[in-house]
Amino acid sequence: MTLDGWIQVALYCAIVLALVKPLGLYMTRVFTGAPTLLSPLLTPVERGLYRLAGIDGRQEQSWLGYGLALLVFNGLGFVGLYAVLRCQDLLPLNPAGQAAVPPDLAFNTAVSFVTNTNWQNYGGETTLSHLSQMLGLTTQNFLSAATGIALALALIRGFARASAATVGSFWVDLTRCTLYVLLPLSVGLTLFFVWQGMPQTLQAAVEATTLEGAHQTIAIGPVASQVAIKMLGTNGGGFFNANAAHPFENPTALANLVQMVAIFALGAALTNVFGRMVGDERQGWAILAAMGVLFLGGVAITYAAEAAGSPVLNALGLLGGNMEGKEVRFGLAASALFAVVTTAASCGAVNAMHDSFTALGGLIPLLNMQLGEIIVGGVGAGLYGMLVFVVVAVFVAGLMVGRTPEYLGKKIEAREVKMAMLAVLCLPAAMLGPTALATVIPAGLAGPANAGPHGFSEILYAFTSAAANNGSAFGGLSGNTPFYNVALGFGMLAGRFLVIIPALALAGALAAKKTVPASAGTFPTDSGLFVGLLVGVILIVGGLTFFPSLALGPVAEHLAGAAGQTFGAGG
Amino acid sequence: MSPQKHNSPFGAALAGRALLGAFAKLDPRAMVRNPVLFAVEVVAVLTTILFARDLVTGGPDLLFSGQIVLWLWFTLLFANAAEALAEGRGKAQAESLRRTRTEMTAKRLTGGANRDHETVPGASLRVGDWVLVEAGELIPSDGEVVEGVASVDEAAITGESAPVIRESGGDRSAVTGGTRVLSDAIVVRITAAAGSTFVDRMIALVEGASRRKTPNEIALDILLAGLTLVFVFAVASIPSFAHYAGGTIPVIVLAALFVTLIPTTIGGLLSAIGIAGMDRLVRFNVLAMSGRAVEAAGDVDTLLLDKTGTITLGNRQATAFRPVSGMPERDLADAAQLASLADETPEGRSIVVLAKETYGLRGRDMAALNATFVPFTAQTRMSGVDLGGSSIRKGAVEAVLAALSVAPPSPRGGNAALAFRPADEPEAAAEIRAIAEEIAKAGGTPLAVARDGRLLGVVALKDIVKGGIRERFAELRRMGIRTVMITGDNPMTAAAIAAEAGVDDFLAQATPEDKLALIRSEQAGGKLVAMCGDGTNDAPALAQADVGVAMNTGTVAAREAGNMVDLDSDPTKLIEIVRIGKQLLMTRGALTTFSIANDVAKYFAILPAMFAALYPPLAALNVMGLASPQSAILSAIIFNALVIVALIPLALKGVTYRPVGAAALLRRNLLVYGLGGVLVPFAGIKAIDIAVAALHLA
Repeated sequence: MTLDGWIQVALYCAIVLALVKPLGLYMTRVFTGAPTLLSPLLTPVERGLYRLAGIDGRQEQSWLGYGLALLVFNGLGFVGLYAVLRCQDLLPLNPAGQAAVPPDLAFNTAVSFVTNTNWQNYGGETTLSHLSQMLGLTTQNFLSAATGIALALALIRGFARASAATVGSFWVDLTRCTLYVLLPLSVGLTLFFVWQGMPQTLQAAVEATTLEGAHQTIAIGPVASQVAIKMLGTNGGGFFNANAAHPFENPTALANLVQMVAIFALGAALTNVFGRMVGDERQGWAILAAMGVLFLGGVAITYAAEAAGSPVLNALGLLGGNMEGKEVRFGLAASALFAVVTTAASCGAVNAMHDSFTALGGLIPLLNMQLGEIIVGGVGAGLYGMLVFVVVAVFVAGLMVGRTPEYLGKKIEAREVKMAMLAVLCLPAAMLGPTALATVIPAGLAGPANAGPHGFSEILYAFTSAAANNGSAFGGLSGNTPFYNVALGFGMLAGRFLVIIPALALAGALAAKKTVPASAGTFPTDSGLFVGLLVGVILIVGGLTFFPSLALGPVAEHLAGAAGQTFGAGG
Repeated sequence: MSPQKHNSPFGAALAGRALLGAFAKLDPRAMVRNPVLFAVEVVAVLTTILFARDLVTGGPDLLFSGQIVLWLWFTLLFANAAEALAEGRGKAQAESLRRTRTEMTAKRLTGGANRDHETVPGASLRVGDWVLVEAGELIPSDGEVVEGVASVDEAAITGESAPVIRESGGDRSAVTGGTRVLSDAIVVRITAAAGSTFVDRMIALVEGASRRKTPNEIALDILLAGLTLVFVFAVASIPSFAHYAGGTIPVIVLAALFVTLIPTTIGGLLSAIGIAGMDRLVRFNVLAMSGRAVEAAGDVDTLLLDKTGTITLGNRQATAFRPVSGMPERDLADAAQLASLADETPEGRSIVVLAKETYGLRGRDMAALNATFVPFTAQTRMSGVDLGGSSIRKGAVEAVLAALSVAPPSPRGGNAALAFRPADEPEAAAEIRAIAEEIAKAGGTPLAVARDGRLLGVVALKDIVKGGIRERFAELRRMGIRTVMITGDNPMTAAAIAAEAGVDDFLAQATPEDKLALIRSEQAGGKLVAMCGDGTNDAPALAQADVGVAMNTGTVAAREAGNMVDLDSDPTKLIEIVRIGKQLLMTRGALTTFSIANDVAKYFAILPAMFAALYPPLAALNVMGLASPQSAILSAIIFNALVIVALIPLALKGVTYRPVGAAALLRRNLLVYGLGGVLVPFAGIKAIDIAVAALHLA
């Protein structure tokens, strides 16, 4: 590790932190319907959209209505995207003449983008037409991100409101989020990326002749616009198969930094929106602090592991950091940081190959996802995932102050615990279940490129990434097979909607409750003590579930490597 | 029922019965109510069957798997024993209560004159029947005194041997079935049919027969069930993972891992904690009608306390003699003492005491002075003494002044008129009023004294705030509880007493409607309110409050309305009740945290033991340096079972509550039960492992 590396990490954290308050204030104004700088321009558009859709912007929904609207909307989004992918050969804007996407891959890709996962079993530039990328994927990049934020808002309102029957309007939240937050920021970012040298064109490819006289076809396209929302919306689906490791998708060090900032910006600011809406910004900072502790711990471990390099190579006298699978342009620190950021959030964009990380370096991205991506997390999803853990933490330890558990004046009772536990339960089920299946059936065992614990990690990582709606891949695994396409598809659906439904029910139950005023006897939830408690509960309840799988994957690989044992190539 | 009469929790007889109970509770129909223990039972049955099969077919490692199976059953038995032990104390009490409820007969009034009655079995009484109970007889059922007054021995219920007075009308009319009339005879209207009397309910309560899970227990059960399911996934996926790694894991090892990971500690002790909490209240002579009320007590935000008897001593005491100008203070003291010599009220006695303390005036013999005492009446609102040709009166300022101005002829003859001959002292009257107001502002009650028509001055009576009560309120404030004093006094007096006692707020000249309105407004703000009361007019407020403690001396209506009954009728107990409620919740939270935190060490014991065969380098995770894989697993499961036993005393006694504010409390408990929960099992498992290895058990 170098001082230079840590300065990069510190700079990154400082920028993200500096953005929390202004973005939080802006978003709070947007979501509470207060006028903003962009209102004169966008309010007429917003009204026009409501009129077009026949929606009354003032009509709020119960949690059930909100949830149904969300499910129907996402269901239609899936059908639309699936249709575009299956028919892309018949549709315009297909200069490279890409064929229709096969059914299992189209299913996987459609699910992947609707659930904000952006798992890439497709190879962007070699499989999809421009229309599929722009109309299909980019649209879902916006809408799945807005869906996540909308849900977080519903849950925030659950805590903020008292004796209320409604949690907001899904249509309004979706529209405002897209119109006032995602679109303007994306436009700005796109312009910035174009300036940094990212292509933004509808041209198919550039033909080049190398100095040796060889012909090369260099794919280009509307890259910058897709990258902007891919990061902001923590989608992660790259325009190119190599994702942010591709020079056109990540041209400069500055672009790399801004992309990482864009991943965390909205998720971190949402904690501030939460604080503002519940009337105590400190509550938001406490949650962000818990995220920060877990994040910095992860960065430190990954960076240290990568900087230390492979024990096997070190034993052979090849000292130095582990540069396999990393962009030389970015180096160890920026690659390790990117890996932790992208898996802490549910982004999944990569600027280095996680498969090539050291065992421990790869463990952290895996663990980040297994915890449910609550460290800043996917836009919206990170906050509601974290709040679910807060409910569990408050319930476990809240009794210790001699009162029945409460958070922000809301009593945590049977219904809240039930919903929180359902949300917590579905992740281990969706991650460990399919992994257990894939490690015994031939179709599953055909996937990994490596034998031994690393091969196991590849399978585990794939299903973890899918259920956590991350979308980053450990590489190595050949995922574009009917088994993996379908199994991962269902994993993504389970990881998204089986969390969303109990989280919404939780929002509804909380909104209906009275708010108990705080007193000296109230469990304090804005202190360092609470941050520590929350981190502890997350690591014990969230982490211990996955301890056996981690032990058999990265930990076994690390310890075996330290002992000089290696495993050959696998099936 | 008093604390002294209780058996120790570990009495031999109780322990024996708890052991029997522990086996009886293995019945899966009972077990299914507790998701964690039910999961353990399923696993225990399964592994027992597998073990039996291996025994027949001669499987490997029979000693090891036999021990695991044994400890799985021990885990269950220990948890059951905890519950049985907690119940045992209640059962013993219930038996002693049952003995009082022997066959009894009742004299049912037939409606004729002269209390004509027929003798019927007690069980045949209906609600609304009138029965005659004479000295020496047991009251056949709960009821209300409608005629007469009697002293009643209620030791069977309260454990208090001093008899209490029960009389018709007023707030002391309720009588309890099974108590004995010591003197006189009363007519009682029966208010509870056989089987639903107070004693019946008490038996059911202490026995735990009517015990239902409280809301918080239900929520906690859901959490524990959820965690159990999480670990089902975690453990059930291991065989496939092991298969991938090219090995297999014996079922008995998976069973051991699963049982140690799921929160058996809190699962096993949860109901014992609840029962023990109720039991603690019972030992405080408070009966909670539901566990929900005990939980609510821990959550109370606002405490409504009656001034008299709770904040102040029941009686006012004389604190100063304030003569009018020109009158020597000693004369006033002398007159006031004379007027009070025969006054048996606490106020009267306190005047005599004050006169003696300040002027050394000795008590004089009324007969020797040839004095006649004139008692207080509602009409005159004065009392006093007539001696020789002189007459002294003391009473409320307005009453004395009114008597001076009109000088009414005494209805009862005597020479009362003498005391108020001329109404010729307007300046003195004005002065008296001024002094009176000054006293009232300071929280006292003025008592004017007149002799032979002359105003002598005022005796200041003061409510004496109970010693240490200020500290109690400060303590409550640190707990986050707001105290509101309820009093019939005027706002001026109330404010002064409130300031002296250190309550947060007061409600002066309070009517029952005001009380109800106050409770409602507090509750509308999301707060939980506790109060105590005894009168029929308290009933609506008692019913509205989240914790309503009715005094046992109170009326039937009050006792029906409250969700707790204080057998000692001591309103200060409300503070103890809150503390017991908090203690119950804290114990539950502490053991939950401890139980979950334990998992870290258990993983480090079992995982390396389980996986080292697959990947030998994983033996590096054996940070405790446990002797062998088998002893590691065995030690973890033994620790898991023994920790239940070790924590039974804590579950029954409860975690100590300190009123230091939530933040400090949380810090302390997180340190002890959170961090302690992570660290203790490392040491515990290692110690057991050493023993296991030394005994060659594995």
